[in-house]
Amino acid sequence: MIVMKNVYKKYPNGVVAANGINIEINRGEFVYVVGPSGAGKSTFIKMMYREETSTSGDIIINGINLATLRNKRVPYLRRQIGVVFQDFKLLPKLNVYENVAFALEVIEESPSQIRKKVNDVLALVGLTQKARMFPTELSGGEQQRVSIARSIVNVPKVVIADEPTGNLDPETSWEIMRIFEQINARGTTIVMATHNREIVNTMRHRVIVVEGGLITRDEYGGDYGYEG
Amino acid sequence: MMNTEVITVMKARTFGRHIRESLKSLRRNSWMTFASVSAVTVTLLLVGVFIVIMMNLNQLADSIENDVEIKVVADPAADEAAVKELQKKVSATAGVLEVVYASRDEELDKMIQSFGDELSLYKQSNPLGDALYVKAQDPQQTAAIANKINTYDYTYEVVYGEDKVEKLFKVLNASRNVGLVLILALLFTAMFLISNTIRITIVARRKEIEIMKLVGATNNFVRVPFLLEGIWLGILGAAIPMLLISISYYNLYEYWEPKLKGELFQLLNTTPFILQLNGLILFMGIFIGVWGSFMSVRKFLKV
Repeated sequence: MIVMKNVYKKYPNGVVAANGINIEINRGEFVYVVGPSGAGKSTFIKMMYREETSTSGDIIINGINLATLRNKRVPYLRRQIGVVFQDFKLLPKLNVYENVAFALEVIEESPSQIRKKVNDVLALVGLTQKARMFPTELSGGEQQRVSIARSIVNVPKVVIADEPTGNLDPETSWEIMRIFEQINARGTTIVMATHNREIVNTMRHRVIVVEGGLITRDEYGGDYGYEG
Repeated sequence: MMNTEVITVMKARTFGRHIRESLKSLRRNSWMTFASVSAVTVTLLLVGVFIVIMMNLNQLADSIENDVEIKVVADPAADEAAVKELQKKVSATAGVLEVVYASRDEELDKMIQSFGDELSLYKQSNPLGDALYVKAQDPQQTAAIANKINTYDYTYEVVYGEDKVEKLFKVLNASRNVGLVLILALLFTAMFLISNTIRITIVARRKEIEIMKLVGATNNFVRVPFLLEGIWLGILGAAIPMLLISISYYNLYEYWEPKLKGELFQLLNTTPFILQLNGLILFMGIFIGVWGSFMSVRKFLKV
């Protein structure tokens, strides 16, 4: 599903964010990526959906080698990956339904398919009643649910989440995590960067620790495990 | 798997969406839209007027050129038969369209008319030769024909208005160059303004663009609305010049055409000219728009 081989990433300013990363993530796995800020966690995540490119090494997602992927093909890679952010990234002028539908419109899905898929996914995240509301009228947790709905509406094989609970209170965070577990239960691979020790220690999944541009620990059912 | 080649032909529905989006941002940035449309309007208006003037001056140059005739003066000593023979030979020269004969007395009358009665003294003994006025089929051939005729017997002098034509062309070329420089400067200003408008649109929509790219919109999908917006700016900017120049020229033509009957200078006919001019103005508007937005899209839209 996701394979990284000797991935090395050096930024133009000299910072080495990945210093020979090797990892294999299988279909249907739920993986936490933890580690201190500035340790290369974000770069690790961003390289998966090709927001960043590696300086050397191979990154293979779904059989596509990102090292040799032409820029023109990147959109088609992204259609197989859902991305969720800490700050939701919703469009304030669109309502809940439109925000989710937007993701399908721009990949030229047919209107009847859009209607069906958006309604299905809004039901999954429990926002059917709030479909006509605008992001500013929603709580943080609800906004994150919209953003999750958008990321999975195209039924991607992988969902990548960059600190999805970072802006949410503990109770809401649990809500969001339960949705991710549901998505994972349907067979979707989930890779989640997080700083939330409690979640990692309670909802046990594979834990990858990134420190100094390296994977220092990789444990199934592991705990948060480092002080930070 | 991505082994299936995705067909990138744009669907009609998608194109409709792009058009709606581009019109939406025209409304959203109404002030920038107004500024760039005005710039295009002024530019194309000046370009249009310039073209009208240049085309008509060209027409004038053509007719003057066509009006050039060769005056062949026969040897004053030649008798009537010799002149007749010369006329025959000149008529038979390749490239000659027509030859008009004027006797030496007629020539003198013409000179008296132009220069005054003092010349009537010469009526006693006319020093002039008979004259032949020769027109070439192709005005470009005038010089060659003149040289040829110059070698015939009984030819005394061959005159044609080469200087007149050359001077006119010099003036025309000079004004054309000055006009072109001015127009290019204006075109650049208009393009710059359009490119600025598009840049503002791009910046205003960067969040939207970011999400579009994140969920897998193709680069063209992201780009096309901005290019369309540029095209609208160009078309809107072309509308007023097209209308204004068409109406003005039509009226100008209606007013002056009867008065210029029989004159050397004729205005260009309205029917093909106004149409061609409108086509050209519209094309330039669209070109400015596309190019202006293309510059911004390339620079500010990293897709």
